[in-house]
Amino acid sequence: MSKPVVATTSLAGCFGCHMSLLDIDDRILQLIDLVEFHKSPVDDIKTFSKMCDIGIIEGGCCNSENVHVLQDFRKNCKILISLGECAIMGGLPAMRNGIPVKECLEEGYLDGPTVDENKKGARIIPNDEELPMILDKVYPCHEIVKVDYYIPGCPPRADLIWEALVALVTGNELKIPYEVLKFD
Amino acid sequence: MSDIKITIDGKECTAKSGQTIVEAAKANGIYIPVLCHFDGLKPAGTCRICTVKVGGRFMAGCTTPVAEGMRIDNMTPEIEDMRKQIIEMLFVEGNHMCPVCEKSGNCELQALAYRYKMMVPRFPFLWPKREVVANTPKLYLDKNRCVQCLRCVREIITTDGKNVFAVKERGGKTTINMDEKLAAGLSDDMAMRAMDICPVGCIIRKEVGYKVPIGQRKFDSKPIGSEIEGR
Ligand code: SF4
Ligand code: SF4
Ligand code: SF4
Ligand code: FES
Repeated sequence: MSKPVVATTSLAGCFGCHMSLLDIDDRILQLIDLVEFHKSPVDDIKTFSKMCDIGIIEGGCCNSENVHVLQDFRKNCKILISLGECAIMGGLPAMRNGIPVKECLEEGYLDGPTVDENKKGARIIPNDEELPMILDKVYPCHEIVKVDYYIPGCPPRADLIWEALVALVTGNELKIPYEVLKFD
Repeated sequence: MSDIKITIDGKECTAKSGQTIVEAAKANGIYIPVLCHFDGLKPAGTCRICTVKVGGRFMAGCTTPVAEGMRIDNMTPEIEDMRKQIIEMLFVEGNHMCPVCEKSGNCELQALAYRYKMMVPRFPFLWPKREVVANTPKLYLDKNRCVQCLRCVREIITTDGKNVFAVKERGGKTTINMDEKLAAGLSDDMAMRAMDICPVGCIIRKEVGYKVPIGQRKFDSKPIGSEIEGR
């Protein structure tokens, strides 16, 4: 049997979940024996050229591009996993959900404390058509597409990611020790 | 107080008349989850996480007194799933950003979610608009995390008998208000007590945050309830 194919992506996330995936130490060698990586920031493969078995999503959806990538993953992966709090419930980016988008953009580009004081007149809110549109709020992945499994944590503990992947690939039952299931 | 006989999930237990179901269970080493209830406070019965089944009817274990011959269902799959649903509802009804919450690791709602292995709430997130009140010297109130358990209302009372916390509105609009003047006048101990009595990270004592490192917090390595079950 050929190895299961895994794809990963980071949407509105900080890459911390990917870091945690790499934090499985020398088990990374076993992982490479166990699965083949396809489209992922880990190997820099940028487009899907075949159907994948497992898609791992870090981050929720904060803009139109996130939505397109997520839909692309759903189309090209048999199983989709939300990895980490951002993918599962929006996470830190979702702290803007109570604030109107206009106010967020004004704070970020016009009035915020990190905006250059000397360039007052020249400040603009970027609005190039090349740029993805910001969504009205940050959405958890499962509110955009169907998601099959969830691995909580910020980031999820490396041991939990490892155990979950091994259980999925080998078809064994996932046993979650109490200490590794955390939301922070 | 006379001894009475009850069963919990078929196990024969001895209870004292006057005890609530939750108290009697605890005395017999059986955990019934609670959230709004706190030992020593008059039960409020607001959260229903302690739901048990007696004679085919659902009841709040923290408010219902035991009676001779009571047969109580506690851990059936039906009841356990109802409890899990309540936890999930509380997560979507507020805005719970555990990674940035000072109470994380010591929070009873989060600990219940761990105990019930909540991977994701089954309900859609509501993203309610809630206030943060931070203009008192010792405490701040982050209403995004409030579960309206009323523990603070029942417990935090000034030496001259005034309530520092009070309920505003009813039903879905219920919020907790803090009297800023009274809160400013609280002793350090009482301010800390306010943070500790709050099961979640709504009442936070300023300037002492993140004191306990990750790994050593209350619920990092032991599930909530294990202190009762382990006895
Ligand atoms: S869950 Fe935490 S670690 Fe993962 S992307 Fe979000 S902020 Fe980063
Ligand atoms: S109050 Fe508890 S559940 Fe809510 S964000 Fe804080 S730690 Fe998480
Ligand atoms: S502030 Fe805390 S203690 Fe008071 S009602 Fe809300 S959750 Fe309960
Ligand atoms: S603990 Fe019984 S209703 Fe809340």
